[in-house]
Amino acid sequence: MIKFDRVGKLYPGGYEALKNISFEVAKGELVFVTGHSGAGKSTLLKLVAALERPTSGTVLIGSQNVSKMRLASTPFLRRKFGLVFQDHKLLYDRNVFDNVALPLHINGIVGKEAGKRIRAALDKVGLLSKEKAMPITLSGGEQQRLAIARAVVSRPAILVADEPTANLDKTYADEIMNLFHAFHQVGVTVLIATHDAHGAAALGGRTMHLARGELQ
Amino acid sequence: MIATWLAQHRLAFMLVLARMWRTPLAMLMMMGVIGITLCLPAVMYVAIDNLQRFAGDIQSTPQISLFLSMETSADDIQELEQRLQSHQNVKSHRFIGRDTAWQELQQSTGLGDIAGGLEKNPLPDTYIVHAKSADPAMLEQLQQEMQKWPGVELAQLDAAWIKRLHSLLELGRKIITFITGLLGFAVLTIMGNSIRLQIMTQREEIELSRLIGATDRFIRRPFLYSGVLYGLGGGLAALLMLSAIIWLFNLSVADLAQQYASDFRLIVPAASLGIVVVGGSAILGWIGSYWAVSRALTNLDNF
Repeated sequence: MIKFDRVGKLYPGGYEALKNISFEVAKGELVFVTGHSGAGKSTLLKLVAALERPTSGTVLIGSQNVSKMRLASTPFLRRKFGLVFQDHKLLYDRNVFDNVALPLHINGIVGKEAGKRIRAALDKVGLLSKEKAMPITLSGGEQQRLAIARAVVSRPAILVADEPTANLDKTYADEIMNLFHAFHQVGVTVLIATHDAHGAAALGGRTMHLARGELQ
Repeated sequence: MIATWLAQHRLAFMLVLARMWRTPLAMLMMMGVIGITLCLPAVMYVAIDNLQRFAGDIQSTPQISLFLSMETSADDIQELEQRLQSHQNVKSHRFIGRDTAWQELQQSTGLGDIAGGLEKNPLPDTYIVHAKSADPAMLEQLQQEMQKWPGVELAQLDAAWIKRLHSLLELGRKIITFITGLLGFAVLTIMGNSIRLQIMTQREEIELSRLIGATDRFIRRPFLYSGVLYGLGGGLAALLMLSAIIWLFNLSVADLAQQYASDFRLIVPAASLGIVVVGGSAILGWIGSYWAVSRALTNLDNF
């Protein structure tokens, strides 16, 4: 599903975020990427989700080579992913329902079909009763769950989450991790970056440890 | 496929309408500014158009007077008559014999006394020639040709000012084209800038949409609709202002014209002008927003 072959990422200014990374993730796998902040976890996830291109090596998603991809076809590759961002990236000018609607609209799904899917996604994360609420009125845990609902609503094959439990206390964090585990169990490939190695180990799945841009 | 495409367009359109509705004052101001900018060249066009129509009424009888020399014989006149009859550019001609002219002069009020003081008739035989077309170049050529005919002392094109008017109108049209171009560019800039502001308030949404797989086309769509709607509204505003100006002008000119026994009034221009103003404005709106979004997307591009 995802294959990295001697991938490096050098940012302008000379900062080398990733060095010589090679790994594979099979379909349906649950993989944790651990490491201290600054170890390159976010960069790795951005390369996985085709948000950035590697400066060396090859990144294969399915059978597509991200490095050699035409710019115009990247949006269609990105739609295979459900992304949960470190900073949520919720839109505060619209309610919960409309936040979840955005990926569907991008995919060309509107109207009743969209409504059904949005409510199903909200139901999964336990926010069905808050569909009319504005995101600013939600608690931190609820905002994170909203971000997850938005990531899964278009039924992506791969779920990628960057520090989804970073700012949550233990109870909320466990709740979120259990949600990801549930998606893994129904066959979704899940990739989660986290600094909490113990929490990761508890859920099973594979752990990849990054330190200073290299896989350990 | 088509259903999806239609649904996406409808969605973008509704989104734009909702956003505009939320800030009605800003929307009206924007349309007003575009309206005023477009109204100016439209008013000038209507003015020139009406002037031309006015000039056209006068020019409908352009004439050349042929004053024959005193020594012209009846045979010469016969020959001239032949030439005029067979000439392709002459619509009609009328002979005024010197005796007839003399009588007319003596009978006309005021001048009779002067004429009475003269011992003999100083007037020449005259032809009044009406040309087939009002084209100044043709008239001039005709006048020069007739000047060379034997027996003609002087061929006088009695409306040289028509030519001047024509070149003035031509100049006016060129100025309008120039001003229209400039103001069109102004509208483009206004539009681009306003869309740029909208993009800034929508920046988070645009960035997020790109990250989760929106195409540039998807991101551009609502802004294009917004640009076109502003353009349409601005064009309609321009037409509204133009009609108001014409109405006001006619109201005040009607009295004046009546005193000169004229029915001169500004004629409301044809529907084609309205289509050009509204359509052109909408197209400018489209181009302006396309340009603004493309620039914004390039700035965001770091893939």
